[in-house]
Parts: sequence; structure tokens; C-alpha cells
Amino acid sequence: MRSERSSWGLRVAAYLGVAFLHIPLLLIILYAFTSEDRTYTFPPPGLTLKWFGVAFARQDMWAALWLSVRVATVATLIALALGAMVAAAMARARFRGKDSISLLITLPIALPGIVTGIALLSSIKRAGLEPGLATIVIGHATFCIVTVYNNVVARLRRLSPSQLEASQDLGARPFQTFRYVLLPHLATALLAGGLLAFALSFDEVIVTTFTAGAEQTLPIWLFGELFKPRQRPVTNVVAILVMLVTLLPILLSQRLTQGHEEMDGAGKST
Amino acid sequence: MAAPFLPKPSLQKPAAHGPLLYRRPVLALLLLLVPPLLWLGVLYLGSLLGLLVYSLYSIDDFTGQVGNVLTLDTLKSLFTAPSNVDVIVRTVLMALIVTLACAVIAFPVAYFVAFHTRGPRKALWVLLITLPLWASYLVRVYAWRLILAQEGVISWVTAKLHLSWLLDEVLRLPVLGGPSLSSSYLGMFLVFVYVWLPFMILPIQAALERVPRSLIQASADLGARPAQTFRRVILPLAVPGVAAGSVFTFSLTLGDYIIPGVVGAPGFFIGQMVYTQQGTAGNLPLAAAFSLVPIVIVGVYLALARKAGAFDAL
Repeated sequence: MRSERSSWGLRVAAYLGVAFLHIPLLLIILYAFTSEDRTYTFPPPGLTLKWFGVAFARQDMWAALWLSVRVATVATLIALALGAMVAAAMARARFRGKDSISLLITLPIALPGIVTGIALLSSIKRAGLEPGLATIVIGHATFCIVTVYNNVVARLRRLSPSQLEASQDLGARPFQTFRYVLLPHLATALLAGGLLAFALSFDEVIVTTFTAGAEQTLPIWLFGELFKPRQRPVTNVVAILVMLVTLLPILLSQRLTQGHEEMDGAGKST
Repeated sequence: MAAPFLPKPSLQKPAAHGPLLYRRPVLALLLLLVPPLLWLGVLYLGSLLGLLVYSLYSIDDFTGQVGNVLTLDTLKSLFTAPSNVDVIVRTVLMALIVTLACAVIAFPVAYFVAFHTRGPRKALWVLLITLPLWASYLVRVYAWRLILAQEGVISWVTAKLHLSWLLDEVLRLPVLGGPSLSSSYLGMFLVFVYVWLPFMILPIQAALERVPRSLIQASADLGARPAQTFRRVILPLAVPGVAAGSVFTFSLTLGDYIIPGVVGAPGFFIGQMVYTQQGTAGNLPLAAAFSLVPIVIVGVYLALARKAGAFDAL
């Protein structure tokens, strides 16, 4: 490491690695404009904008999109409440079983989605529930808690307790301390965690296939389209839409935590 | 799995406690913990335990009805029925190879970002690595249908390079090959590696960022050649990162059922087995039994990874 110059081979390997990650995404965009709708001929024989019109005219697509938005919103709200509560409890206190709790919070994303999915499905069947919006939300909220938790707990650990003590010493009631000291401090962490949770939920397909019953979220709709032989570019148009809807919250959330954490979501969970 | 998750607050440092109900820290702690623990403990952990119980239920061979008699037969059949063993071996092998390939591809990228970029450029690289992770799993899998298709990008590129013969040769390989890339294990392998790669790059990069630069200088000052420094100083310190990344790539490959369905050879994977057994086949006990396989393997793997220090690199 004597010099900052990187060897030629290392540089090429790094650039190739990143190219490998991005070329498929660029192809998705390219194929949304192809004039050939039955095969994946490369290069596309011609370019057209008509698939955007076709896709936006699909009622089932809009219905699926609307369901996904509702699911992601409710799941995010639940995850925000529960994740912030655990974070508040875990940030500074020490008690027995703390490690078990952090394991429990991480488990829904550490175990394969299919396990979470089928476990919830077996409970749904046992309880005699009808799969639908509520059961999808339950599944999503479960694995979204951890993203909120990671963001909030990291922020809480950097908040000096003396600030809260000062507020109380100056005569603030607990609610005032919460409202005027704690909440402003946590606001961007909550927002960042919430945005990540929203993106996670909006994109989830594996757990959802188990908990959705006959309902179609956008990823499930997309999954169905993958096997349709006609109008293939419609899938690409919706794919671009999904990418935008998930990417925007992520970028926003990264901006929000900039200068606070090196990276959110990858926050160290103790 | 039956962790004692209910807290028994034993207060060692009363002054460091939850800020809000300052004078009643135990009460505050309980109020904060009860709702999330009810959700995760009852809804989620309860479901997992329920799943375990399901794998013990008997199923009537003729009617397909799930009975209430408890039996170990279903679990046993995982290891005795050759078709089930095949599924498990196939999935675990794929997970191992994918993990290995991800580590090999990820390392130079992580190394480059950690040691040869700084400031805004580093932020840009990290963003470039993270973005695909968030660009919808399904969309990324779908992209490979376009790439691997018979008339798709790879065929076009190999034809342009006059290498079509090489592609045909590869497809003629016994296990890896198949009628086309999109219906071969090779294709499936590529998709798995692609989809999980960022999960491997990020923890390795994080581990490398934490290697103290002074350590590298010290090694050089003591006369180590760069290659020696790399092998004896940097590589050992990167192990926790690789271990953390491999938890993701391994566990995600084990449980995936969409990729083997969209690309690849006809043999079933664990995820597909779980999916079809609970769905069309209506054999929930067998599906439950199969879903325990990743739980057990991931559990063992996590224990090993913990020893390698993986959790410090997460």
C-alpha cells in the first residue's frame, strides 16, 4: 500500500464487477422500447414508445399497484411504531435476553423468505383467516421492523443522555422532552428507516406469494407476467416503474442519513 | 429457537436508562418492549414453532388429509427418500458454489473501493454497488431472461465474436449445460451470483475499511512485500466480511424458489419443493419439513460465521 495507485488488474476487475451489476438493468430499460413483443431478440429490431401506453391502459396493473401502495404504507407505519419502540428500549438499557431480542428482530430477514412465508401461512390456515390485505401487511411489517430498528437505534446511541437530562432539569415534562428534544433528533432516522421499509415492502414477492391468497400486489402481478408469451415489453415498462418507486425512497433515505451513518440498512445491529 | 426473549430487567446501570419514563426505567422498558415482542414473539416466532409442529403431523397417503397423529416419518423421509435427498444436495451445492463465486468476484471490487477511492468517489462507488440491490429482485431476475434467451444478448455477443462454437461446447457439458443457457444450471448459477453479489461486496468492503492503515504501513516498514502484506495482514482481517457476506448469499440461495423456476434445469430446489408441496400438492407437513432444512443449515452456518466474527462486520 505504498502508493495510492491501483494495479491495472484490480481496476479492471472492479470496473467489470460494477458493469456486471448494471448492464442487466440497462437492458431492462432498452427492452421496454423494443418493437418485438414475442421474443427477446437482441438487438431489438426497432424502437417504439407504444408499450408505455399499453401498460398504463392495463386496469389489473393499476389495481396491483394500488394494493402494493396500501400494503407498503400500512406495513411501514406498523414497522415504524414497533421498530422505534424496540430501538428505544435497546439503545442504552442492559438486561438479560437482550441478545435474544436482537436475534428475534433480525430473524425475519436472516431466514429465507420462504420460511417466513410458509410459517405465516400455516398460522393463517390454523386461525381460519382469509388471506388478503391484512395478512400481507402482517408479513411485510414483520420483516420491515429491522430496517427501522437499525436506523433509530444507531441514532439513539449517538444522542447524549445529557441532552435529555438537561431538558428535564430545566423543568420539561416527559412529553415535552419527547416532543422538543427526542423527536427532532430522531426525525430523519425515522424517515430514513420508514422509506427503506416502504421500498422493502413494495418490492417483496416471496413472503407475499404465501400470504396474499388471491390478491395481487405489483410484484406478484409482475411475476405472473414473466410467463406470458405476448406483450413482453409491458413487463419491462412496469419493471421500470417498480424500479423508480423503490429507488426514489432509497436515494432519499441515503441523503437523509448522510453525515450521520456511513450507510443505513447496513447499520451495525447489536 | 426457543430463546428466552422476554426480558428480565436486571438493572446494572440505572442512570443509563431509557430517557422518557426516567424515574421508572423498568416500567418504561416493559411498556416499550411488550408490543414489539408480542408481534414478533407471538405472530412470528409462534408461526415458526407452528411450522415445526406441522412437520410432525401425519398425512394420509390415500386421502391426502392432514391427520392429528404426530409422527417423525415426514422428517425422516427427507433423508431416506432419494428424491428428497437429491433436492437437498442440489440446493446446498448450488448455494456453496454461488457463495464461492460471489466471494471471488466481490473481493476485488470491495478492495478497490476500500483502498483506492475516497471522498465523493467512494460514495459514488458504494451507491453503484447498492443501487442494484434495491432495483427490485424480480426485475433483476427477469433481466436475465432477456440476457440468457436463445436469441438474447449472450448469443448475440458470442456470435459477433465468432465464439458461438464455444457457447455450444459449454452447453454440451454434462451437468452444467442444457438445451440453452436459460435452461441450464450454468444460467441459474449466473442469475444467483448476479442477484446476491452486492450482499457480498458490501460487508467485505466494510471489513476492509476498518483495516487500520497504520497496520499496513507497519507491515511495509517491517519489510513485507505488498503481496505478503496482503496475505498476512489484509486477508485475515477481511475474513469476517467474507463470512458476513456468505451468510446472505448462502441463506438467500437456499431459500429461493423463484430463480430456479424462471431459469435453469428441471431438477427441484428446496424452495420450489416447499412452494409446490404446500400449494398444488397440498402436503403441508412435507413442505414444513423441507422448510426446516434451511433453518437448520442457516442456524449451523450462523454459529460458524459468528466464530469467524461475521457479526462484527454486518
